[in-house]
Amino acid sequence: MPRLTTAFAAALTLALGCTGIARAQEEAPPPPHQQWSFEGVFGTYDEAALQRGFQVYKEVCSACHPVKHLYYRDLTEIGYTDDQVKGVAAQSQVTDGPNDQGELYQRPGRPSDPFAAPFANDQAARAANNGALPPDLSLIVKAREGGVDYVYALIGLGFKDAPANVKLNPNMNYNEYFPGHQIGMPPPLTADGQLTFADGTKATIPQMAHDVVTFLAWASEPNLNERHRMGAKVILFLVIAAGIFYAAKRKIWADLHGHSSTVPGEDD
Amino acid sequence: MPVTGTGRTSRIIRWIDYRLPFVATVEHELYEYPTPRNLNYWWNFGSLAGIILVIMIVSGIVLAMHYTPNTTLAFDSVERIMRDVNYGWLLRYIHMNGASMFFVIVYIHIFRGLYYGSYKYPRELLWMLGVVILLLMMATAFMGYVLPWGQMSYWGATVITNLFSAIPVFGQKIVTLLWGGFTVGNPTLNRFFSLHYLLPFVIVAVVGLHLIALHSHGSNNPLGIDSKGPQDSIPFHPYYTIKDMFGLMVFLIIFSIFVFFMPNLLGDPQNYIPANPLQTPPDIAPEWYFRPFYAILRSMTFNVLGIPSKLIGVILMFASILLLFVVPWLDTSRVRSATFRPIYKKIYWLLVLDVVALGYVGARPPVGSTVVIGQIATFYYFFHFLILIPLVGKIERPRPLPTSIGAAVLGSTAVAAGDD
Repeated sequence: MPRLTTAFAAALTLALGCTGIARAQEEAPPPPHQQWSFEGVFGTYDEAALQRGFQVYKEVCSACHPVKHLYYRDLTEIGYTDDQVKGVAAQSQVTDGPNDQGELYQRPGRPSDPFAAPFANDQAARAANNGALPPDLSLIVKAREGGVDYVYALIGLGFKDAPANVKLNPNMNYNEYFPGHQIGMPPPLTADGQLTFADGTKATIPQMAHDVVTFLAWASEPNLNERHRMGAKVILFLVIAAGIFYAAKRKIWADLHGHSSTVPGEDD
Repeated sequence: MPVTGTGRTSRIIRWIDYRLPFVATVEHELYEYPTPRNLNYWWNFGSLAGIILVIMIVSGIVLAMHYTPNTTLAFDSVERIMRDVNYGWLLRYIHMNGASMFFVIVYIHIFRGLYYGSYKYPRELLWMLGVVILLLMMATAFMGYVLPWGQMSYWGATVITNLFSAIPVFGQKIVTLLWGGFTVGNPTLNRFFSLHYLLPFVIVAVVGLHLIALHSHGSNNPLGIDSKGPQDSIPFHPYYTIKDMFGLMVFLIIFSIFVFFMPNLLGDPQNYIPANPLQTPPDIAPEWYFRPFYAILRSMTFNVLGIPSKLIGVILMFASILLLFVVPWLDTSRVRSATFRPIYKKIYWLLVLDVVALGYVGARPPVGSTVVIGQIATFYYFFHFLILIPLVGKIERPRPLPTSIGAAVLGSTAVAAGDD
């Protein structure tokens, strides 16, 4: 019977190994791992990177991609003052109403408004992008296998000239990390110095990619800092509690072990 | 014997107990309830399952206060919970990962029962009620997963409800009834929300019956032999209450690691994309806890005697769970615990390996060797329960059983000590 067990396990390993290899060949390579300030148990978002990332989003991505789950007021969480947030919000035009005359009207955005979308609806977005729909980026980091590393690889590393054996469809771009390799989005980060960071950081492509992915990670998971802080405290508490309960258990059970004890129950 | 409470109970409690013996019953079931003295840590998982059920109900009720069961609003309302409801992210991550924890605990609890023969006389109904709970949990978890209305919610609902279309003659009618329309849509979401709220309370009721059945004959134990007297058992409180508390803390540490540091590890990224009926995701795979059964479902790739493969797959999938109902009668061995059953112990671990393999297959696209592994593993699953279990019980020579629990745990000198 042990021989059967071993044979079974060996057959299983072999077969599973083969499927793994077969699958890897037809798919995009795994995105290389990058360093992120918010990784690990005590990781938190780097506020300067978040602000630079917001700038990249605002000046580059927001031309096509909405982030509908973000509100301007959320920007206070990444270190902007209330007045700065009001200023950012006021740059957008929001359709409000109806007013007392029953008409919709335009007004400057307020901190309580969601981020203004680049297009009125999906059809308008497709019409302006050769039929492709730029996805909402609010959850993009959580909605893609590989998360931050994948998004970084896609925008920062993946755009290349198509290999000779790949025939690109019209209006498509080659991207090493995109499933199927043909992506509607043109390379968003094209040159070092494409924008000028407010804090004077040099805007290289890796820098811009890293910062905007940090911003998008925050957009997906704005409570990460608090979650990590709380988690550390909760687990510390539980470890201590487990220790106390274990000690109590040992003490309570002590009279049960050993041969001299009488049957318990009288002493509680 | 232990405290009965009469000395310290107030007149009010005695007045109530005379009319409704609530406190007396609890004291009786906790202080006097004799429990085998040799239960190991695998026996912690029953109480853990009860506690996680309460955690799920409490977090779920609060989530339901903020959730909107409407196809156009559901996804956004969940994001609203994550971002704008105070500690909404915590509630949702507890509920999301709690579902996985619940299944981990219950699967361990079931495999504990299989190893130590806890389903055998006189605990057959206890075991069968457990299988009912498992079925209810699966229905609840499936419908709960649909509620966020992400891509996997929608397509999972589509795939699973479509299984019923395999039923001859009435199939399509049943599916329409489940959907409340001609496709998975708003009526589907509404009824799933309603049932997702209802079923946990049905589970609570069946857990009540499970406990009544448990307390009729008490817990089985690692030796699988009956208690023969007071020297074999100890009161549940304080011995097992404190042991369960320690186990609970260890469990909560593991649970917290998931909730606080990797809340989305067990989920599918696809479910953070809003449901889109026009776009099928590249791979549709259920949550990990359904994957072994999903693998069994997909193992049928050929028709048998003119019966369509889909129908057989559906039958096999349901049979793989319903089979557990008859395990007490499939097992022909008179010895409960695998500790004393050399052959059963080996096939038990093969079954564990087999289920893990099925879980792996259920997560992969059904191509190439994955299909063959799934078919072999499915065959072995049924072979184990239908052929090996009855056969091994007949041919195996169990090792000699100890005379009593007390003798095995304390050595023979202590056996005479118990007299109260």
